Amino acid sequence: MAETHSLQDMRQQAAIAAKVFIQRDYTNGTVCQFQTKFPSELETRIDKQQFEETVRTLNNLYAEAEKLGSQSYLEGCLACLTAYTIFLCMETHYEKVLKKIAKYIQEQNDKIYAPRGLLLTDPIERGLRVIEITIFEDRSLGR
Amino acid sequence: MKNCEYQQIDPLGTCPEAAEGKWDVFPGKEQIYCDGRIILARQSGVLPLTLGLIVVTSGLFFAFDCPFLVDHLTVFIPVIGGALFVFVVISLLQTSFTDPGILPRATPEEAADIEKQIDTSGSSTYRPPPRTKEILINQQVVKLKYCFTCKMFRPPRTSHCSLCDNCVERFDHHCPWVGNCVGKRNYRFFYSFIISLSFLTSFIFGCVITHLTLRSQAGKSLVQAIQQSLDYSLLTVVELVICFFSIWSILGLSGFHTYLVASNLTTNEDIKGSWSSKRGTEDTGNPYTYNSIITNCCVTLCGPMPPSLIDRRGFLPPDEVTPAASASEIELPPFTAKNDMHMCTQSTKDMLERVVHSYDIHGLCHPGTPKTTPLGQEPPSTEPPSQGFSVHQACQSMASPCPPFSRSSKSASLHSINPAFRLASPSPSLSRTTLILGDASDVGFIPLP
Repeated sequence: MAETHSLQDMRQQAAIAAKVFIQRDYTNGTVCQFQTKFPSELETRIDKQQFEETVRTLNNLYAEAEKLGSQSYLEGCLACLTAYTIFLCMETHYEKVLKKIAKYIQEQNDKIYAPRGLLLTDPIERGLRVIEITIFEDRSLGR
Repeated sequence: MKNCEYQQIDPLGTCPEAAEGKWDVFPGKEQIYCDGRIILARQSGVLPLTLGLIVVTSGLFFAFDCPFLVDHLTVFIPVIGGALFVFVVISLLQTSFTDPGILPRATPEEAADIEKQIDTSGSSTYRPPPRTKEILINQQVVKLKYCFTCKMFRPPRTSHCSLCDNCVERFDHHCPWVGNCVGKRNYRFFYSFIISLSFLTSFIFGCVITHLTLRSQAGKSLVQAIQQSLDYSLLTVVELVICFFSIWSILGLSGFHTYLVASNLTTNEDIKGSWSSKRGTEDTGNPYTYNSIITNCCVTLCGPMPPSLIDRRGFLPPDEVTPAASASEIELPPFTAKNDMHMCTQSTKDMLERVVHSYDIHGLCHPGTPKTTPLGQEPPSTEPPSQGFSVHQACQSMASPCPPFSRSSKSASLHSINPAFRLASPSPSLSRTTLILGDASDVGFIPLP
């Protein structure tokens, strides 16, 4: 018998069993990277490979946002010449990538994490300090 | 195992039922205007003075020197002057009003998670010595300090500004002239401000000297030339004096910051000698430098513009009022009742919240109130859950006699108010916090931890 739960219901009815925080990885300096170490609390819920794949993709996206390439230099120089007023009308490269990241996280939640009773929180909502993973109590197992 | 199919609703989408802006409950001392678009440190300090000096000096220049020089030299003088003036003012306003890279405080769950990972002495009434964590950055050991106010380990190059009461990324210094911290996000504005200001003051100084020289060359001595134009004499001298003194300080500051940019250092690191080779025998070079002046300059000034992390313009979902935000209730009584109600619904987090509350309450309240008053509030870990609100309300009543925060006493309050939260070994950096507000010193920064 298949039951359908809406994520909204799940959030309201399911108690939060725990929250896991993936901290930042500073070995390469101050660029935004997260540790790929698999937390023990998630062992019963999700595949290690899957998790590492998610974190690695996020790391790559953040690296792309902060990449020092010709595009970012051009943007910077142009901004300097216009006394940075260009930031008022134009969306920066970083912001564009952040939108991509938000979409990726939502997609991951939809496809992979929500069916397992987990929820990824976008790091930007936590000041780019941590990836917060909320573990919901799994009531469907009849406990 | 039942096969559950989950119908997806946007996991992050909750309609903000309360139209309460996040800026209203943001802890920290800055002021946020225009629905979160503009941010300014609580002490706007001498920003009006800075603006006033620039406008007055430029005004005098345009009014008295330009007409003469346009006749005798070229019409481009006021054009160049005008362009420089506009650039200076725009850079100044951007430096003052941009979020310097404030890090939002850790949520209670995060703070609890971090506490778990550090030592587990088991005692909740004794605050252990300042915590540090060592990490490797580019094969070099760097110590991360734990920030007791923001409840997190500060990322590298981050420092807590006691004036703004926030951790700021890539903290350079707090500039009273600009009325804001200078950090990761507004360093480039600050740098363009001081560079363009150097050009402007040099330009005006040069023009005034030229003006007086040309006048005196018409056969009369310099003194006679000044006295001849009685209307101009005093004002020209004023202009000259302002420019003369500004030039030395501004040019010096520009040179200093050019050196910092070229070596990818911050003022904070330079002053503390973090990467100086005099410390220790091992290799303590700057781990952040790219070892190339051009790359360092490009990275600092033309790198990608990081976003603001504090989401000042967002709305608070009704069930996510964080207890850290309620530390600001001491300053904003109207929010107390609402937050009490929200705490009711978070039964599993009560203990955490009360610990956070009592720390924040004791940390923020002015030590001018008798010591017995805060001591009378027992650490909430010994109270039953229903007492959670009384701590809150007791502090609420205490809040009203609290005078406006005195910055220098805040560090004292952290030391002495409540033995439960006294630092075991007072951090030397706290005692070093000196205030140079209103000081007319040329270099407007404060060494901060």
